[in-house]
Amino acid sequence: MSGGLDARITVLHPGGFHLDAELRLESGHTVAVLGPNGAGKSTLIAALAGLLPLHEGRVALGGRVLDDTELGVWVPPEERRLGIVHQDYLLFPTMSVLDNVAFGLRARGRARSAANRGARDLLAQLDLLQFAGRRPADLSGGQAQRVALARALATEPDMLLLDEPLAALDVTTRARLRHVLADRLAEFPGPRMLITHDPAEAFLLADQIYVLEDGAITQVGSPDDIRLRPRTSYAADLAGANLLVGVASAGEVLVGSHRLTIADTSAQGPVLATIHPRAISLHVVEPGGSPRNAWATSVTRIENYGDRVRVQTAGPLELTAEITPPALHALGIAVGDRIWLSIKATEVGVSAD
Amino acid sequence: MTRRRPPFVLAFLACVGAAFFVAPLLGLVARTPWSDLGEVLGREVVGDALRLSLVTSLGATIVALFLGLPLAWVLARFEFRGRALLRGLVLLPLVLPPVVGGAALLFTFGRRGALGGPLEDLTGLVLPFSIWGAILAASFVAMPFLVITVEGALRNLDQRYEGAAASLGASRWTVLRRVTLPMIGPSLVSGLLLTWARALGEFGATITFAGNLPGRTQTLPLAVFVAMEGDRDAAVAMSLLLVLVSLAVLVTLRNRWWGAR
Amino acid sequence: MRPILLLLMAALVAGGCGGDARREVRVSAAASLSDAFLALETQYEAERPEVDIVLNLGGSSALREQILSGAPVGVFASANQANLEQLVTAGLVDGPVVDFATNRLTIAVPAGNPADVRDLADLARDNLLIGLCSPAVPCGDYAATALAIAGVVAAPDTLEPDVRALLTKIRAGELDAGVVYETDIAAAGDDVESVAIPAEINVPVVYSIAAIAEDHRSDAENFIDFVVAGRGRQILRDQGFFLP
Repeated sequence: MSGGLDARITVLHPGGFHLDAELRLESGHTVAVLGPNGAGKSTLIAALAGLLPLHEGRVALGGRVLDDTELGVWVPPEERRLGIVHQDYLLFPTMSVLDNVAFGLRARGRARSAANRGARDLLAQLDLLQFAGRRPADLSGGQAQRVALARALATEPDMLLLDEPLAALDVTTRARLRHVLADRLAEFPGPRMLITHDPAEAFLLADQIYVLEDGAITQVGSPDDIRLRPRTSYAADLAGANLLVGVASAGEVLVGSHRLTIADTSAQGPVLATIHPRAISLHVVEPGGSPRNAWATSVTRIENYGDRVRVQTAGPLELTAEITPPALHALGIAVGDRIWLSIKATEVGVSAD
Repeated sequence: MTRRRPPFVLAFLACVGAAFFVAPLLGLVARTPWSDLGEVLGREVVGDALRLSLVTSLGATIVALFLGLPLAWVLARFEFRGRALLRGLVLLPLVLPPVVGGAALLFTFGRRGALGGPLEDLTGLVLPFSIWGAILAASFVAMPFLVITVEGALRNLDQRYEGAAASLGASRWTVLRRVTLPMIGPSLVSGLLLTWARALGEFGATITFAGNLPGRTQTLPLAVFVAMEGDRDAAVAMSLLLVLVSLAVLVTLRNRWWGAR
Repeated sequence: MRPILLLLMAALVAGGCGGDARREVRVSAAASLSDAFLALETQYEAERPEVDIVLNLGGSSALREQILSGAPVGVFASANQANLEQLVTAGLVDGPVVDFATNRLTIAVPAGNPADVRDLADLARDNLLIGLCSPAVPCGDYAATALAIAGVVAAPDTLEPDVRALLTKIRAGELDAGVVYETDIAAAGDDVESVAIPAEINVPVVYSIAAIAEDHRSDAENFIDFVVAGRGRQILRDQGFFLP
């Protein structure tokens, strides 16, 4: 825990916005802060970076106190040694890609030639060397994202902060870069924080998820915790989705050994399939009609959240369904009961992985 | 850009408007002593005036850079009481008759002025009737151009870039030098050019505060004014010189002010 | 918006057409004649209410250039004879040119004479701030003549475009000394003192006047009569001018 981040942050915006968050990140682990737009994610980054003053709180990174309102400690942004990939990247438009990546090294006193060498190494690792002389304006979104990552990594920071790193990209690029990002995150030795509004990103890249809503942390847990036991309706809506990794071909996705029929016949290769819990129907007898995906399974867990109930099921695909309390009453099921489950092909969302 | 013809009345008034600007220039050109132009421009008084104009206008531009840039910075980036008032005061020389500016400078920096007296006692420097006075007068009148241009650019600049640079370990000075200034570079350049052009044309404040002595404070506009009463050929020749220099500045700025076409 | 526009238009109409039916006589007069001609205007208009004297005061040479460029001027009073001679040569004057007053040069210093200026020779002192009129205007021309007679090479720090601009800077104490007309000293009040230039090196300053334009010719001539022969003489004398 020596290299971790320990943060307790209260920020008051003049506009009336309030952020109150407590985070604990361990080295070598990735934490995702998942929240809707306007939840205070960018405020959190700015506060950690020292760009926004804390109203109250304490931030320590690897045992070094960066901010402590009680002790009156404040380390300026340039001495915090954080590697940040900003939302829309903020690459310096007047500099070449090489100068962007070398900027941090030179700012920290490295000679120009040494800084350029370091920057070139990193660009080469990220397959960007051929763009070294370009201006950021001449890069594609995916290239710019990787340059931003290279710039953040170049100074070998104590912690990596990624603010919506994939949000500005198109769907196919996003899938490809998620893998690049996953590799890079895995290699980074310090604590990693990923800020995102996309639950798929959070689930695939993070070991632990903080759900941030209206300036407050509403839930902390592993991706499975959040997915299976979302505590707020936001988490249930977004984070509670069933997420399956599989391979698509000819209107089907092969998940493990199970074939899931999908509406999109053009999908090919590795994909992420998402199924919203409310799109899953539960039946006590085999359903009639023509749901393409239907199978018998058993109930493993029932959680009542007042206005909704989440029902977890056993294999072949461990899916969670969400129904209303009256519907549960009508079904009359309990844990261990046998049950039929059906999903329309059109309710299975597919995106390239 | 519409291809249709403008309505007749509009076109007519536009032509009158255009003529209003073009005719005086043609008048100047028509009056130019082309055959003697070389001889006239070669006179010592013209050479002195040209040299003084360049020195004072460049001096004023440097003053604007070192004082106007920080001023623009403070106005753009810091909230404080009286900021709106300060901005108004800084821009005042844009609309104030330069003679009034010169008189104000004389009452302040003159030998009997509130600041000029102590300044002379301390350093022996007397600003009025010296080239320093001419630079001061030109700075007073021209610096607002730099301040408004740069302040606007700083306001429009996304400050998150500076935050990003700081997080990469750059000191405030490095951020300024390597990120902020390059990003407002085009505005800074056009602000400096406008400042310089305004300083080059400065007359009223200069003659009021710095006086008029060939070889010391008589810049081109002053020389034109004096020559108008005696040597008209020289006046016209020097006027033409000023027109050409001003045109050169506008051509340099055309991409920013006329819109690239 | 609308009322403001109407007001603006009304102001333009009033300013452009003149609010009254008085006949206008435009008089261009040398800067050194400013106070005298303001007094002359008041007196003349009191005697002849149907005439409006419009004064245009400035350096004589600038006034001459205006007339040469076609400015509509009825009467021109210059601080020397040369300017009017030029206009005669140019065919712009066809009536008589009358020398109507004379003046003398003097050294003006700020009240208390802080630089202890005693004669023209002091104008060569480098450590003083000295002002003269531009040689293009009469007072500068006269001063140059006087300095030449005295054998002094002056070290001016500024050459002002007219005598009143020069006097203003002496009054403000920004200049230690300057050569002006004697009449200007009285006009400047207590702020300025005079150091006399001895008669043998002084230069006679002669003011000439003539009618210029065709319009309201008789009014212009009548005003000139008033200045050179009528009650105007006493006003000029009161202002310190010498009369021929």
